[in-house]
Amino acid sequence: MRIQRILTCSAVAFAATLAGPATAWEPTKTVEFIIPAGTGGGADQMARFTQGVVAKYNLMKQSIVPINKSGGAGAEGFLDVKASKGDAHKIIITLSNLFTTPLATGVPFNWKDLTPVAMLALDNFVLWVNAEDPYKSPTEYIAAAKKAGPNQFKMAGTGSKQEDQIITVAIEKATGVKFTYVPFKGGGEVATQLVGKHVNSTVNNPIEAVAQWRAGKLRPLCVFDGNRMPYKDKVTDTLSWNDIPTCKEAGIPVEYTMLRGIFMPAGVPQDVVDFYVELFKKVRATPDWRKLMADGAFNQTFMAGKEYVDWVAKAEILHRDLMKEAGFLAKK
Amino acid sequence: MEELNALFQGFSVALTPFNVGLMLLGVTLGVIIGVLPGLGGANGVAILLPLTFTMPPTSAIIMLSSIYWGALFGGAITSILFNIPGEPWSVATTFDGYPMAQQGRAGEAMTGAFTSSFVGALVAVSLFTFIAPLIASFALQFGPPEFFSVYLLTFSSFVGTGKGNPFKIIASMMVGFALAAVGIDIVTGQLRLTFGFTELLSGFNFLVAVIGLFGIGEILLSMEEGLSFSGHGAGINPRIVLQTWAKLPRYWATSIRSCIIGVWMGIIPGGATPASFLSYGVARKMSRDGAKFGSGQLEGVVAPETAAHAAGTSALLPMIMLGIPGSPTAAVLLGGLLIWGLQPGPLLFVEQKDFVWGLIASMYLGNIAGLIVVMTAVPLFAAILRIPFPIIAPVIVVISAIGAYTVKNNILDVWMMVVFGVIGYVFKKLGYPLAPMVLALVLGDAAESSFRQSMLISQGDLRVFFSNWLVGGITGLSLFMLLWPQISAGLARLRTPAPAPR
Repeated sequence: MRIQRILTCSAVAFAATLAGPATAWEPTKTVEFIIPAGTGGGADQMARFTQGVVAKYNLMKQSIVPINKSGGAGAEGFLDVKASKGDAHKIIITLSNLFTTPLATGVPFNWKDLTPVAMLALDNFVLWVNAEDPYKSPTEYIAAAKKAGPNQFKMAGTGSKQEDQIITVAIEKATGVKFTYVPFKGGGEVATQLVGKHVNSTVNNPIEAVAQWRAGKLRPLCVFDGNRMPYKDKVTDTLSWNDIPTCKEAGIPVEYTMLRGIFMPAGVPQDVVDFYVELFKKVRATPDWRKLMADGAFNQTFMAGKEYVDWVAKAEILHRDLMKEAGFLAKK
Repeated sequence: MEELNALFQGFSVALTPFNVGLMLLGVTLGVIIGVLPGLGGANGVAILLPLTFTMPPTSAIIMLSSIYWGALFGGAITSILFNIPGEPWSVATTFDGYPMAQQGRAGEAMTGAFTSSFVGALVAVSLFTFIAPLIASFALQFGPPEFFSVYLLTFSSFVGTGKGNPFKIIASMMVGFALAAVGIDIVTGQLRLTFGFTELLSGFNFLVAVIGLFGIGEILLSMEEGLSFSGHGAGINPRIVLQTWAKLPRYWATSIRSCIIGVWMGIIPGGATPASFLSYGVARKMSRDGAKFGSGQLEGVVAPETAAHAAGTSALLPMIMLGIPGSPTAAVLLGGLLIWGLQPGPLLFVEQKDFVWGLIASMYLGNIAGLIVVMTAVPLFAAILRIPFPIIAPVIVVISAIGAYTVKNNILDVWMMVVFGVIGYVFKKLGYPLAPMVLALVLGDAAESSFRQSMLISQGDLRVFFSNWLVGGITGLSLFMLLWPQISAGLARLRTPAPAPR
């Protein structure tokens, strides 16, 4: 009788563990968070921010350790994850270099070598000019650049054959203007070059240039997203992110946003992927994360599962087309 | 004196027991990080950054910046003792610091290094306190041509005076440039010189090369010379500190020059590593004892250390005022600011007075704390040299290997370090100087990018390097430095009357 009771009890407990979330997979050791970019950049900030939020709200029993593998425009990080097939304790945050690096350099990796986990956000790009310049709208600026002649106006951006240059080429295709593109190492440096009037414009992410905008040194002309940024709190005395027109409505039909997403090695079971999707949902629900999103005027689209995979596949085609048109593809 | 009021306000923020505790903790951790080669200040700060989430931002930046000060101090220790630079900015310290240790003057070298570091920091913080906005606007003057002219100046200051064969100096420098070119090219986005090996994607890491060339190379040399560690005579004498202090005022000119170079390089921002090289090169040129540099001159330790610490300190200024990091560590701190919800940039001084002035006050206090921590440890560090070579050498090799591995968590780097060790040994045997190679390796990439950015901007017109007083002045100065040996030789010939024909 007693034995029976114990058996029943354990059977019930067993059933409960089967059904309940208690059996769900959980990390059993420290999770490596690979950053395919240098310290201090946007991806690095987001990864370290995630680490901090996870620790602060105790969202996971094990800890997360960010590791920068920035070599070869991020190829080092992606190759590392590609080589770690089946490793459930490794995740990677991506920039657009997930697409652009293999296309531009021919380094052998593709997002299909990885398991897509979730899209955290999309990063916006804004066309900036020096506030002392007279251009108040993108059309005025483009007209001035056209009038000056080809290659006279300089566009500074981060890296070469990456998102900033792709956008520059897209503007050129859409408007017929011709810029001289000058690559720099980081977004902060790019913004400073514009404040110092060494170049004429940039396509910095909002977070890279917002401080200079608030200080009255830079002026945003338009955002390269399909819709205006939703943040209506005043950033400067008179303007909010929402007051910046889209480039499309301002007459430059160019749309581009950058994926801030999570991937992991191939060959991991579905419940592992589910764990990380849930984890990032929890991260996104914290007030800290919402503040980061508002400060950086991010597009807060979240995706996981098939929807995310489809989005990534489409984004790859988009990048291939853009880079092919620009002549950026690696020679085979 | 609005700034003074604000500064005292800052001291009251920084001087809470909690913040002082964090400061001491940070400095001590920083010194340890500085001592371990490979684990740089940037890594150390990045690792601890998430821990600061629950702290008030001011306490957080005080702790993290104290780690940075500690690392700036600590980098010199292994440079002097073992010829292994703990941090990139202490490479130039090995040039004279290690020979001093070999002569049994390790204590003197370290005292000189720490004290001049402190002086450099103090000068930089004072400028920070009083003329920050002015300095920040100076940083904005620097576009690609200006940056290139600064790098040119650094190279020129090294080539112009070398003892030994100038062709060997140039050969060594060219090897450095070739190594620096490996990996991704920032201007075209293409891979170069990787020969299809994905391992070479990231190029040769400067720190790995330096640990190998200097540290392992030195051990190979010592082994050949009979397993002895010259320098075991290093006495543990607390008086050595006072004796060195008495000597230091003699180098006031070098000190002032190095402070100027350091602050300037930190602000534009060029970083602490180029600052230390430039300062060493300039000191060698300007000093009366310049010809003796490299053989254990205290002045040769004072120059790079003053500049490195001045640059490291002032590198925080463009970070706070403009949002551009002046050094890799500043880049991580910048990320921290954003994470804590602060926006770096011109308005930070207005909107976050407590934070900014708390930080500035902690820069004074943190450096004093750092100086006390390292100075009390000088005799201890010097005593390490008394350990017999057969015991200490394997320890150094292991620490070097760990250091090379930590740079990027890559086992290949450890092998790379061994290869560089052999190269370092061969170079020394053949009388090729290592310094120009290291200099080219650390600055080659940046110099090349800024040159090509300039060419893009000017559409290929070289006159861009003389297009305004600033860039023209620096370019002119570097050409003058480059040709100085010829010029001075020419002047000397003019001055001495031609021998009368007999």
